[in-house]
Formats: sequence, C-alpha cells, structure tokens
Amino acid sequence: MMRRCILAIAACLMIVHSVPAAEPPLVRVASKSFTESIILGEMISELAESSGAKSKYLAGLGGTRLAWEALVNGEIDIYPEYTGTITQEILADLKLTTDAETRQALAERGIVMSQPLGFNNTYALGMRERHAEELGIRTISDLGKHPQLKFGFSSEFMDRSDGWPGLQKKYQLPQQDVSGLNHDLAYKGIVSGALDVIDLYTTDAEIAEYKLRVLEDDLGYFPAYDAVLLYRHELAEDAPRALAAILKMQEQITAAEMRRLNAKVKVQNQTEAQAAAEFLRSDLGVDVDSEEGTRSFWSNVSAVAHSIWLRTLQHLYLTSLSLFSAIVVAIPLGIVSAKRKTFGQIVLGTVGIVQTVPSLALFVFLIPVFGIGPVPAIVALFMYSLLGIVRNTYAGLHDIPPQLQESAEALGLPWMARLRLIELPLAARSILAGIKTATVINVGTATLGGFIGAGGYGEPIFTGISRGDVGMILQGAIPAAVMALGAQGLFELAERRLVPKGLRIKQHD
Amino acid sequence: MSPTINEYWSAVLKRFRFRFMLELSGVSKSYGEKQILAETDLQIDAGMVTVLIGPSGCGKSTLLRLMIGLITPDRGRVQFEGADLSGTDILSVRHRMGYVIQDGGLFPHLTAERNVALLARYLGWPESRIKPRITELAELTHFPVEGLQRYPLQLSGGQRQRVSLMRALMLDPDVLLLDEPLGALDPLIRSDLQVELREIFRTLGKAVVLVTHDIGEAGFFGDRIVLIREGRIVQTGTLEDFMQRPADPFVTRFINAQRSPWDTAPGSES
Repeated sequence: MMRRCILAIAACLMIVHSVPAAEPPLVRVASKSFTESIILGEMISELAESSGAKSKYLAGLGGTRLAWEALVNGEIDIYPEYTGTITQEILADLKLTTDAETRQALAERGIVMSQPLGFNNTYALGMRERHAEELGIRTISDLGKHPQLKFGFSSEFMDRSDGWPGLQKKYQLPQQDVSGLNHDLAYKGIVSGALDVIDLYTTDAEIAEYKLRVLEDDLGYFPAYDAVLLYRHELAEDAPRALAAILKMQEQITAAEMRRLNAKVKVQNQTEAQAAAEFLRSDLGVDVDSEEGTRSFWSNVSAVAHSIWLRTLQHLYLTSLSLFSAIVVAIPLGIVSAKRKTFGQIVLGTVGIVQTVPSLALFVFLIPVFGIGPVPAIVALFMYSLLGIVRNTYAGLHDIPPQLQESAEALGLPWMARLRLIELPLAARSILAGIKTATVINVGTATLGGFIGAGGYGEPIFTGISRGDVGMILQGAIPAAVMALGAQGLFELAERRLVPKGLRIKQHD
Repeated sequence: MSPTINEYWSAVLKRFRFRFMLELSGVSKSYGEKQILAETDLQIDAGMVTVLIGPSGCGKSTLLRLMIGLITPDRGRVQFEGADLSGTDILSVRHRMGYVIQDGGLFPHLTAERNVALLARYLGWPESRIKPRITELAELTHFPVEGLQRYPLQLSGGQRQRVSLMRALMLDPDVLLLDEPLGALDPLIRSDLQVELREIFRTLGKAVVLVTHDIGEAGFFGDRIVLIREGRIVQTGTLEDFMQRPADPFVTRFINAQRSPWDTAPGSES
C-alpha cells in the first residue's frame, strides 16, 4: 500500500517535471551597444527561432562588462564577443596567450566560446584622408610628430589596457588633447573637424562612407579581435537544436561581408533586423519571416505608433511603480525626520548621497544584485525619487510656524490627529512640489532603462544614437518630454485639489 | 434656577479634595545655562482673573505654558484639580483648558467654523450639538455669523482673536489661558475688545490667566496681578497694592514706566 502511494506520487512528479520539456526552450540573447554587435545578436536570435526555439533578445545591452556579467550571472545565454576583448579585457588578469588556455579559463566560468565567425574586427586609428595626406601620416608612428592633433576615443578604448594607455606607451605618443566619447559621436566629431584622430573598428561602415584613412599599426600593437559567440555551458543541454542552428554562423562572415552589413544599417538606414535577415537568407539559406522590407508607408506609421505605444506602457510602468513606492516610503521617512532630529539628519544625508551617484553608474551597480531588465531600473528610479520627496516632506513640516504647532498641541489633540488634521495639510503644498520634481526627474532618468534592457523610451534613443538615426532618437525623446510635461500638468491639477483652499487665498487687509 | 442639593454637595466635595484649580509649587525651568524661571509658587483659583505681567523675557509665558503642559518643569510640580500634570492624561486636562495666543494661532487651512469645531469634531460630537454651541459662542464674542465660513487670512486681526477665543471656549473649559491675546491689535480695536473680553470673563466666571506687559491692561482685567522679573515673582496683589505698598523700587518703576499721553517730553514733570 505504502509503496503504491510512493509510486503514484513519483509518477505525478515525473509528469509535472516533464511538462516544461514539451515547451520550446527559451534562448536569451544579448548584444553590446553598437551596430555590429546588435546585427550579430539579431542573427543569433533569428537562428534560434528557426530551430523552433523561442528567443528573447536584449539588443544593445551595454558595454563589455555589463554583457559579460549578465552572461556569467545567468541573466542571458549568449552574446557575440571578440577574442581580443576576452584575453585583453575580460580575463586580462590571467594573461592568456593560446586559444586552448582561453577556452579552459572560460570553461571554469561555465562559458563556452564558439569557433570564429570569420572576421577580425580589431581596433585601428583613423583620420580624414585629406588631413592625413596634408600631414603625411600613414602609420601610427607618424602621429608622434604631430602633438597638436586632437584625439577622440570611445570611452571603452580610453579605459581598457589594450586601448589608449597601452598604445600611447608603445608608440610614445605625445598628444595631450584626448577626449572620451561615444563611438558614433566620434565619427560626427571627425567629420566636422572637431577631432583629428579617432579609434575605429576595422569593420566599421563609416570608414568608406566618410573617406577615412586607416593608419597602419606598424609596431603590431593591436591584437586579433576575431568575432566569436560566448554562451553558457547549459545551452548545449537545454536547447541543443537551437545552439546547432546558431553555430551555423561560424566561419561564415567575412570582414567585407560584415562591413557591408554595418553599412546597410548605418548608411542605408535599414534596421539591424533587416540586415541580419537578409544575410541569413542569402548566405545561410535560412528563411526568416521578416516582412519589414515590403512595408507600405501607412503600415510603417502604424508600426512606429505601435512601438511608441508599447514603450509608453513600459515607461509608465517603470516610472509609476518606482514613484509610487518612493512616495509610500519617502513621506513617512520625511515625517519621522521632521520629528526626530538625529534620525532626520541621517536620513537626509543618506538619500542625499544616493542622489550624487551618477545615474548610469547606479543602474550598473544594481545589476549584480537585481539582474537586468526592469527590476534594477525600478530600484534605481525609486532611490532617485526618494530625496526630493523626503526633503520636501521634512521641509514642509519643519516650516510650520511654531505657534501653530503649539496651538494644535494645546488643543489636546493626540499626535496622530495633529499630523493628519493640521500638519500634513499645512505641508501639502511642499510635499506635492517634491513629488512633482521627483516625477519629472524620474520620467527623464527612466530613459536610461534602455541601457539595461528595461525597455521604455530609452530604447529608441540608444538605438538611434548607435545608428545615427535622429528620427529614431526623437521617437524616444519627444514622448519622454511629453510625458514629463503631462505629469507636471497632472500635478498642477492635483495641487488644486489637495492644497487646502485656505492656503491658496490672498491675505485680506 | 438654584442649584440642586446634589450639585451643591458635589461642589463642596470638589472644593474639599483640592484647594486650587491650578497650583504650581516650586517649579523652575532652564534652557541650557539660561534660567528662565527660578523656583516659583503660584495658585490659580476659579472665578478669578489672574494677570501675569513683567518685562519681555521675564518668564511669564513660560509660566503659562507650564500650566497647560506644553513644557515640563525641571523641578517642582504643576497640579490641576489636585492631580500632578505629569501623572495624568495630559490630553484630557488640555480639553478642560482653553489657550489663546497673540496671533490667534488659527489654522490657515481651515475656515473659522472648522477651527472652532476642530476638537469637538475630533471627539465625535454630533453636529446637532456643535451648531448651537458655535452660534452661542459667536453671540458671546460678537463674531458675525457670516464670517464663520471665511478662512483666517480673510478675517481682520480682531475677528481672528474672537475666533481664537471661540475655539478656546468650545468645550466649555474650566481654565482659560491667554498669552497677550490683544498684543497684535491696533489701539482702537484693542480698547473695544478689552471691554468685551472683561464682560466675557465676568459672564463665564472661569479661572482666567492672562499674560500682558501692559500695566493698564493688567489693572483693567486683573482681580490679582502677579509681577514677574527675571524669572521670579516680585509681588502679587491688586494694582492698588502695587501703588500703595510696592514690594521693591522695581515695582514702582515698572508701574510708572508707561507714559501718559500728557507728559510729552522727558523731565517735563519737574
């Protein structure tokens, strides 16, 4: 009898356990925030789906650190990377030299590296062709004779050991005027003449587009940056068919091919998805159900409207959830701060310090704790919204004239009643002003959610920056501004309802 | 209507249980190094107006705030009807006291009517009891009924003090404490209100403590005047006592310090 029961339970458990296996596996794909990575990510995602798996794609997740941490922490399953970045940056401490050593070190972290995709996208330095000709610069060594040149490097290149610091040492470069900026903006800078030398990736579409000269690395400084895929070890077990489909990319993409794909996005204003789909169709024979190429004008408009609508919902979700929790926490904190001096100083000091952390840094700090997606964004926005509300609640209560507080106490009202009937109504205007400021800041800061896969208006803004597509940027920027104005208007209405009439009238004389 | 036997006896018994409505014995108060009030004894009796007078910062307002428990004495004790304030439910004691301050202390977000009825409403009085009480108080304080729906900022200074008095009297307290209630008003209104206020005190027959620095006002209201200087009581008595039998030269100086409109220049009396 007993045995039969156990068997039955075990059978039930097995059925329950086997149910998820029937569902198609989910492959979580990410890419770093530049065009080439985003295109490769699209390919991975499409190939996974072509095998029948589902895929979730976080396009342009951020820089190397962010993508790597997300992969190691199991937030994502796969993303495209470069061998040079792995040996020189991610695992630089290990001083890896051979391919076998690299694979071994990655395996210890549960990560597998694919075979090269077929192209080497290494760093290079570039100048305007005519400018280089005038100064007679052909190689990086030649730069040493022109200390007046203005250098502008992508922030990553500025910092990494295999970037500018090492390059400067190797070539003994004398230039002092070196600024760090977004890679896409660097191109704008060199075209306009604001910069003279920038770092390039050898597969960048802009090299031909902007007539740039790639300077020869005559001392052989830059290591190979062969494109590979990094994926979690478990992917081979959880989604073997999807992985097999994805790995069809190996050894298939030449540098020329990659440059052409990059140009499609950067120059011909196609989407990354379109460029990826076309490559998959023509070169890998994988048919991707992408109808984007044949869209009419009106269906385009409605697609844009639809995506703005979706992002509005995401943005509202980020903003309202973080703001609501901030209000719920901050008002009581402000009240206690106004009543207990020492506690108040500690609270105001702490939320003040939180405010000084640069917002992007705060978003990134929270990733190890909360992963990627909306959760760290909401936590960061929550923390940013606290200060304004706490401080204004505190100030509103603190500024109530002492004779009014005394009158309320002398009436014989208990403290809760004094708070509810007298102090909070008197502080209402200040508290509301605090919430209003917090909201407007929150709506703006929430765009950074686009950077860590939280969605919202930040997504088109970041994509637009990386594609150099002003229209795309405006798709995020305009609705964000409208939402901020709308929130402000809403609060002005609320003020009329919530601030007592007696506080809004002019003094009778 | 004469009191019933029961009411009479309960009054006698009450009288027997404690000697004074309010009694301060040996109270002192300091803020840091600065002593505001030296050890002081003072008794306040029902049906009598006691005026606390003295120069600014002499401790008269501190004395008043001690009586209603807004501050606690460093030493000594304050008793209300024979019970120590520190040992009783301070809120219910405050419900039996009315407190009026210089600018009225009206809550600007509430209409005059809501200011007056605030505590009664909080205590759950039915509207059928609140409305007639307010009408009665408006009559007593000569406050126009149409002003009841106005906000404090829409009222004149004199009207605000009337509303403040109504609020203090709403629960028909046993003690009325007033801290310079007419201090912020211009002379004409002040003079009118003084007459009305004395009328009200006489009608109500409550224990009244009034703080002022104006000797004329003190003489006008006070059944008993308490002169305070630098945290100590200098003399207690009527204005006549002060003039006939001053306790020390300061008393005489203080009484004579207020100029009559007729002596126009210093030294003109000689």
